[in-house]
Amino acid sequence: MPGRLGRGLLTALFVAFVLFLYGPTLTIVVLSFQGPDGGLTFPMNGVSLHWFRRLFERQAVGDFGASITRSLALAAMVTLATVVISLAAGMAFRRRFVGSAALFYLTITSLILPSILVGLGIGLAFNQAEIDTHWWGSALGAQLTWTLPFGLLIMLAVFNRFDGAWEEAARDLGATSWQSFAHVVLPIVAPSVIGIALFGFTLSFDEFARTMLTAGTDNTLPLEILGMTTTVTTPVLYALGTASTLVSFLAIGLALALLWRARRQRA
Amino acid sequence: MNDVELIAVTKRYGGGAVAVDGIDLVIPPASYTCLLGPSGCGKTSTLRMIAGHEEVSEGDILLAGRNVTALPPAKRGTAMMFQSYALFPHLSARDNVAFGLRMRGVAKVERLARADKFLELVHLSHLAERLPAQLSGGQQQRVALARALITEPRVLLLDEPLSALDPFLRAKMREELKRLQRELGISFIHVTHSQEEAMALADLTVVMDHGRIAQAGPPREVFEKPASSFVARFIGGHNVLARAQGSFAVRTDRMRLAAAGNGPQHAGQVSALEYLGAAVRVVVAAADGTEAEALLADADFHAAPVALGQGATLVWDLADEHALAA
Repeated sequence: MPGRLGRGLLTALFVAFVLFLYGPTLTIVVLSFQGPDGGLTFPMNGVSLHWFRRLFERQAVGDFGASITRSLALAAMVTLATVVISLAAGMAFRRRFVGSAALFYLTITSLILPSILVGLGIGLAFNQAEIDTHWWGSALGAQLTWTLPFGLLIMLAVFNRFDGAWEEAARDLGATSWQSFAHVVLPIVAPSVIGIALFGFTLSFDEFARTMLTAGTDNTLPLEILGMTTTVTTPVLYALGTASTLVSFLAIGLALALLWRARRQRA
Repeated sequence: MNDVELIAVTKRYGGGAVAVDGIDLVIPPASYTCLLGPSGCGKTSTLRMIAGHEEVSEGDILLAGRNVTALPPAKRGTAMMFQSYALFPHLSARDNVAFGLRMRGVAKVERLARADKFLELVHLSHLAERLPAQLSGGQQQRVALARALITEPRVLLLDEPLSALDPFLRAKMREELKRLQRELGISFIHVTHSQEEAMALADLTVVMDHGRIAQAGPPREVFEKPASSFVARFIGGHNVLARAQGSFAVRTDRMRLAAAGNGPQHAGQVSALEYLGAAVRVVVAAADGTEAEALLADADFHAAPVALGQGATLVWDLADEHALAA
């Protein structure tokens, strides 16, 4: 047990850490409720929802609504693709196939490569091939180079602990391969699959480096925010930050609720 | 008609290793068979080939006269109970038991009713709603048993079913398995490395070694007339001794401590002494290092006790010697 002084120091360190972690976000949340005449900094000039209303109006510079819609649609596509491909790949990697080791290292490499280079490379390749870059095309691919390795690593860890006897038992009891997957494998790995979906969604929603050079003419939300930080000088930016944080919390809450329901069904 | 027939069944693995080497075996109807042997002897591979979870490299497997060598597990008329039980963790005991019927498309009401009947058979009706994680090892095993039996197999295959249980539960479960086999009138094939289990349960004991059958017969025959020194050693309760004419086995309970005489004998020093309750185990090491042991009734031992390190002679009757092939 640390002494009184040690405990005091540790507590101070922990408080400082939490402040560093959540302080900025909290500041933004507070400032987003700035009154109509308030500025970008303290003090608060009244309290209002003015800037949230402004969020949905036409902006002088930039367009929140469209970029949020794009980001949500892109995150949904990335999530779906990540879940389906990671699950299938995880199943495939349970058996050693020709080139499995090479494929694994190739996949992991895209985690290690600097994101900005991956984005640049994809952008250049599309340019060379004379295909236009779009958020729903090249940027989708670029984001998958980020989310798929994560998904695969999680799936490998899950199947590493997966008892093959479950599938044998299912087969012994007359299940076809598909029945064994649907009734045994999928329900058992479901919590991890939900985890991967959550991961994919959040990684995509605030992805920046890989998307920047591959999104083409229409911006996703993070790109739009970057563009606006230099030109917009009202707390509407803060309102946007608060709103998008809320979206992330909702996604996490939804996933936790799903997990909780799955666990309750088992109990 | 015989329940199971193996004809020159061989299992070869990728690297050329032979797990099962051309074995022939006939399992009569409604019998309890134990495949017995040390680890790596091929007993589990043999069981898994009968189940259809392992491909047969060569040879044929007949079930009730029908060649099932190429059939999938569920089409064979066998059911398997796995060593780890392999209960589905997300399903209740009842749903686990009903799984086989669900895969066959039996309607929900009917399959749950039948699952309840089989849970009753293994005395688990009161725990039907529990998940596997909420059951003890012994209870999990009963669920696994009910789940395998609900498909109404002609042959139930059990892979080391008792090895995960504590000794008390193991003895109880052993009785239970035998009772179920009798009641259901089907064949059980049970893989084990415990000769005690095999002797207690089996109508037919199959001792395996290095992918071959070392001896197959009723437990009493295997114990009284072991075919080889390997069988005599593995089945236990025997001394394997050698003489110029060849090696022979003598049961340890036929050895006596006595003064040296004209009959066969083994003289040396007491190198181990174990009190086992009803009996005492005395190991005598000769000058050349060969050991022989006697299992003496406790009253006999205490009438003329010996101590560790003391000189002693073990004697037996010539009639108790059983000549061994190798």
